[in-house]
Order: sequence, then structure tokens, then C-alpha cells
Amino acid sequence: MIAIYTLWIREIKKYYRSKSRIIGSLGQPILFLVALGFGLSPVFQKAGQGNYIQFLAPGVISMSILFMAVFSGISVIWDRQFGFLKETLVAPVPRWKIMLGRTLGGATVAVMQGIIVFLISFFAGFRIYNFALLFITFIFMCLIALIFTALGTGIASVLEDMHGFQLIMNFLVMPTFFLSGALFPLENLPKVLNIIVKFNPLTYGVDGMRGTLGGVSQFGLMTDFWVLAIVFIIFISIGSYLFSKIQI
Amino acid sequence: MNNIIKVKNLFKKYGDFIAVEDVNFDVEKGKIFAFLGPNGAGKTTTIKMLTTLLSPTFGEIVINGFDPTKEQEKVRESFGIVFQDQSLDEDLTAYENLDMHGMLYKVKSKDRKKRIEQLLNFVELWDRKDELVKYFSGGMKRRLEIARGFLHNPKVLFLDEPTIGLDPQTRNHIWNYLKKMNKEEGTTVFLTTHYMEEADKVSDKIAIIDHGKIITQGTSEELKNQTKTNSLEEAFLELTGKEIREEKAKNFAMFKNKKFHR
Repeated sequence: MIAIYTLWIREIKKYYRSKSRIIGSLGQPILFLVALGFGLSPVFQKAGQGNYIQFLAPGVISMSILFMAVFSGISVIWDRQFGFLKETLVAPVPRWKIMLGRTLGGATVAVMQGIIVFLISFFAGFRIYNFALLFITFIFMCLIALIFTALGTGIASVLEDMHGFQLIMNFLVMPTFFLSGALFPLENLPKVLNIIVKFNPLTYGVDGMRGTLGGVSQFGLMTDFWVLAIVFIIFISIGSYLFSKIQI
Repeated sequence: MNNIIKVKNLFKKYGDFIAVEDVNFDVEKGKIFAFLGPNGAGKTTTIKMLTTLLSPTFGEIVINGFDPTKEQEKVRESFGIVFQDQSLDEDLTAYENLDMHGMLYKVKSKDRKKRIEQLLNFVELWDRKDELVKYFSGGMKRRLEIARGFLHNPKVLFLDEPTIGLDPQTRNHIWNYLKKMNKEEGTTVFLTTHYMEEADKVSDKIAIIDHGKIITQGTSEELKNQTKTNSLEEAFLELTGKEIREEKAKNFAMFKNKKFHR
């Protein structure tokens, strides 16, 4: 337990100390809220879908969690380059505990970032109608964070350096975000898109958050929860395996 | 015989390349053992195998009575290590780095506090304990790493070129720390270095490795007598030849990079 706690607290300390990282990663969500939220609002309204900010905010919050989670997971590469990884790999602690501690830490950081964006979205006009469900929203935020931190850690375990970073951004993180229902409703999508969206775990995260924040859940909260929970178990298992195979 | 490190018929192959070939040596408990060799001779590869970071292709290793391939955690509890390249978390303070290490090695909170204070005083960094490591100089980082290596009272401390790139003052300090800890706490020290004079001064026993094979081992006196030379540096050159090894080392590093995610 103490080993997991040690690595967890390390992530929190590093997050807390890098103010530029916190502020820097707020830029994108704010831009999305302002540009898309206000820009597409009239069209959305005309199409009879209601208030777009209300629709968009859960998507943007998920986005900020997604980005932060993947980056936290990928920090394994930095630790490899700056040497600190070795220090944890020779410690008398099973590798899976190290992986789990890192993942929990990274996920905590991602959720904190999500909460900040959550608060910011109020300034853009987002409103909560059912405070009782807020706790369930929080659970969905945690699940999104856990899934994508585990994914990032797993990927970073097999990458040597930051050269693969652009690849991950453009072929994994961005598509995960854009093809998740974060920006558009899932009804009446073209067939292919509909299939892709359904294979994307973030879709269920966004759906769950939207469902608990006063919108309509497409799949039902229970389905959302179980899909995310199962994906998390798969990702953390694969991630732990890859992490345990790291040779320096 | 009271040998804390035993290595028998150790091999490490990368495809056709043999990085370590039939290496045999023992290190007696409480001694300082120097493992010397030119660049790319197989020193770091051997250390990695001794410290559970790499699995041997063939051969037997015993550290403090445990097998690094089977009893990894027992072995990891038994040793401390100062790597060739830096391995601190620069975004944390000196104290936090040590504290985290102590927690990972299950040193109890009360003992941890005492031990960290003792060691930070020992390497003369106590008054800078709350500074972030990224503001430290190379020598300070090295001293901190040495303190960290001793923190959990290891039976063996591995040091892979601990004094590389440091000024003579810091180097002198570092050897003094090591000798003192070796004497006071009985920690066995296993080190590699390119500074022959330093190896000569501190070590009880020396092994020279080249092209993955151990050429000779013994005390500094024995090596000098054997080669009929006056200094360890001359003995070393006599034994390993004068050609420069950079080329080979580089090829090997490239090969390793390709095959193993370094």
C-alpha cells in the first residue's frame, strides 16, 4: 500500500508544482467552450436540440480529463529519459504496484483538471439542474481518467522516447475526442461513424456525464458504467503487463 | 568463505553479440570491489544483471544469498545503487527524493526521518534539503544519490562510475564518504570507474574486464606485480591494450537501442 501511495502522492506534488501545466492545459477547453459553444449555439438551437453549451460542457470536461490522463500516463517516457524510472524499477516493490500507483496518481490529477474545467464552464453559461446526481458524474470522471491514464502508461512502456508523441496525439487522442459524441449528438449518425463511436470508450464516459448533468443518456447510466469499468480492467491489466516488461 | 556476491559462468548475448562472456568472480562481505574495464567492456551490462534490471542469458548469480532472476525482491532489498546517469526526480526536493526512496524500501517513518537527517548531514546537504533537485549542481546530485543509496541500509552498494564528470574536490569527498560508510556500516561496495588512481586508493580487490571477459583479478599490488608496472593505470593499459574503444562501444549502444527499449 505504501508503495502505491508513494507514487500517487508524487504525481499530485508534481501537478501542484507545475502551475504552467495547469494553466496551459486550460487553454484548449476554454477555446472549445467559447468558439464552439457560442459559435454553434444558434445552429444547434435552430435544429431543435436545445442549448448547445448545456450539451457541450460535459464533452469538454471529458476532453480535459482525457488529455491530462494520457499525458500523465505518458510521463513514464520522461521518467525513462531523466533516469528516475530506474530508481523505481530496482525498488523492492512489484512492478504492478508501481504501475497502479502511477495510474491512480495520474488519474487523480486528470480529475482535478476536469473539476477546474467544470467550474469554468459555469462562466460559459453551463447550469446543473440535479445536484443529487453530481456524485455519479464524479464517478464517471474518475473512470474516464483511470482508463486513459492506464492506456497512456501502457503505451509509454513500449515507447523509447518522445518521437512517438505526435503519433499518439493525432492518431489516438484526437480521434478519441472527436469521435466520442463530445461535440455532436449520437442520433442519426452515418453508419460507419456510428460503429466507430460505439467502440470508443470515451463515448460512454461522455454519455454518462451528460446523463447525470441534466441531459439525456443515450445508452443508460448502467451500461455506461459497466462498459467503462470493464475497459478499465482490460487497460490496467495490459498496461501492468507492458510496464512489468520494461527493460532499461 | 563469506562472499556476498557470487558470479559463476555469467553470459549475456544480444543476438550474435556477446556482451558478457563466462564471467566469474566473488566479492567478500564488507570489502570494496572495483570492476574496471574500457568503454563497452561489459561493466554496466554486468551490473544490470546483478541488480535485476537485465536477465542473464546463462550463468549463476547470488547476491546476499538470493538469486536475482528468481528472488528479485529479496535481491532488491539487499542492494543500493548509484547509476551511471542521474536518476533523481528533479521536480521534488532533496528531502522528498530520499523520503520517497525510504517509503519504497519500507523504512519505517521514524527511522526514515532519522536516517535521512543523518545521511543528508553526512553528504553535507542538510541545509539544502528543501530545495528542488533541479537547482542542484552535478556534484550535489551525485552526493544526494549516494545518500539515497545508503538510506535503506543495504548490504551491497553498487556504483557505476560515480565520480564521472565531477571536480577533484567532489570526487575526493565521494570516496571519503564511501570509505567511511564501508568501515562504519560494513556495507560492501561494488564500483566501476575510469579513474585508476581512485580505484587503487579505495579498493580491496580489483577485477579487469575487457571484451566481455575477465582478464585478471586480484589486489592492486598483485596486478602491478603481474604486469611489472608501477601504477594501476599502467597495469590496466598493459592488460587491455592502448587502442581506443569508442567505436565498439557506440555500435553496441546502437544495437542495444534497436533491440531493447533503452
